[in-house]
Amino acid sequence: MIISSISSFGRYCLFMTQVFRTPDKWKVFFQKLILEISKLGVDSIPLVIIISLFIGAVITIQMTINIVSPLIPSYSTGLATREILLLEFSSSMMSLILAGKVGSNIASEIGTMRVTEQIDAIDIMGINSANFIVLPKVIGFVLFVPVLCVLSMFMGLIGGWFIAEFTTMLSVENYVFGIQSFFNEWYVWYGIIKTVVFAYIIASVAAYYGYYVKGGALEVGQASTKAVVSSSILILLADVILTKLLLQ
Amino acid sequence: MIEAKNVSKWFDGQRILYDISATFETGKTNLIIGQSGSGKTVFMKCLIGLLSPEEGTILYDGRIFREMSQQQKRALRTEIGMLFQGSALFDNETVLGNVMFPLRMFSRMSHEEQLERAHFCIKRVGLTNADEKYPSEISGGMQKRVAIARAIALNPKYLFCDEPNSGLDPRTSILIDELLSDITHEYGITTIINTHDMNSVLGIGEKIVFINKGHCDWIGNDKTIFRSKSQSLNDFVFASKLFQEVKKFLEREYEAEENI
Repeated sequence: MIISSISSFGRYCLFMTQVFRTPDKWKVFFQKLILEISKLGVDSIPLVIIISLFIGAVITIQMTINIVSPLIPSYSTGLATREILLLEFSSSMMSLILAGKVGSNIASEIGTMRVTEQIDAIDIMGINSANFIVLPKVIGFVLFVPVLCVLSMFMGLIGGWFIAEFTTMLSVENYVFGIQSFFNEWYVWYGIIKTVVFAYIIASVAAYYGYYVKGGALEVGQASTKAVVSSSILILLADVILTKLLLQ
Repeated sequence: MIEAKNVSKWFDGQRILYDISATFETGKTNLIIGQSGSGKTVFMKCLIGLLSPEEGTILYDGRIFREMSQQQKRALRTEIGMLFQGSALFDNETVLGNVMFPLRMFSRMSHEEQLERAHFCIKRVGLTNADEKYPSEISGGMQKRVAIARAIALNPKYLFCDEPNSGLDPRTSILIDELLSDITHEYGITTIINTHDMNSVLGIGEKIVFINKGHCDWIGNDKTIFRSKSQSLNDFVFASKLFQEVKKFLEREYEAEENI
């Protein structure tokens, strides 16, 4: 188990040295980059909006129900909602969700290319296939993911505002005052930095599993599952390390 | 011309190829034949450089592949066209996009010139009104034609085809064989075709290398294959009832020739 993990890590590192090379043709690279930003990033916007909106609403409801002490000011609901969204949900939880969507997409796409010999066809032409296929995906996703993170923060707060506006659980004034109180700008940067690291993990790990698939359709599915599981675990591990490094 | 000298290959301690030596000539359709699992695909992958043989040498027009620098290997690869068993077309590209791919990556042509060249190649393989279709929207035979068009887009010196007839009906198989043969002669390409289709052997086998259990058992052409004394080759060639009948007919012919 340990030897296998070390071996996989070594192979992943070698794979990354192939990926991070100068592209054969910059024009083609930028065309693919735009395509990947659209496919992996822009196409994830609806999912991010829906999930953030609902989770923001749920967090607000839970905070309202649980903060009942008269010693705690009423604006605390908004404040707690904001802190949860900024510190953990919009970066870590959203990345775990994106690992499922984007990670499986990347692993299955590259895995299918492998089993249908499309990667061999690229290699035969003398093109660095790892660089050609994977680099635009990694760079594209890493570049766009801060947008998704900030969008998630914003939509989460809007979800909470909906609860304040359309229910009698808390007032809009208290909620808005809460989300504006004791604001620490660094928390936004902290969330963005974490998301960028997680995006790199999602894209590179999924690409690694897809690239080294052997077999057929069944193995592509297994690689996709492995990619999601591995990247999720690595995200959680990186979350602990980054939180320790950035917040302490 | 491509030469293989004493090529041997192992996988996990198991020997797959045993000292295979063969020469594949320029301007001819060279066939590698053998049963499934005989090692012919491994041999072809060694020839292309997708696998490294543990022993032996591959020479491209006298240039030793193993001793080439990475840059030289890259340059050589632009001289190679490859037709894969499953066509290996890019799913997210149209027919035109697939054929233009190597031109976009390697040529210094303008976009218009690339388009012109791609259209020429598509026309050359006999495809019409398919430019904007995706690989999933065309038949297997058409996919093979697109793959051939892509393979010849850069005017390759060497063309490798891995089982070009697999999954095709007999009529389409013959058309693909004829197309490969025509292209080989027209452009003077060194074409190597990996197949176990006897129709191809008889139709375009200008040079035939027979591989059996990792050994090169016989080298000849479509004229000499029926006179071979190699038992393993005869078992392979005359496996079907049709070819057993052909064998009986030929034996009678040979006897008649000898009597005369």
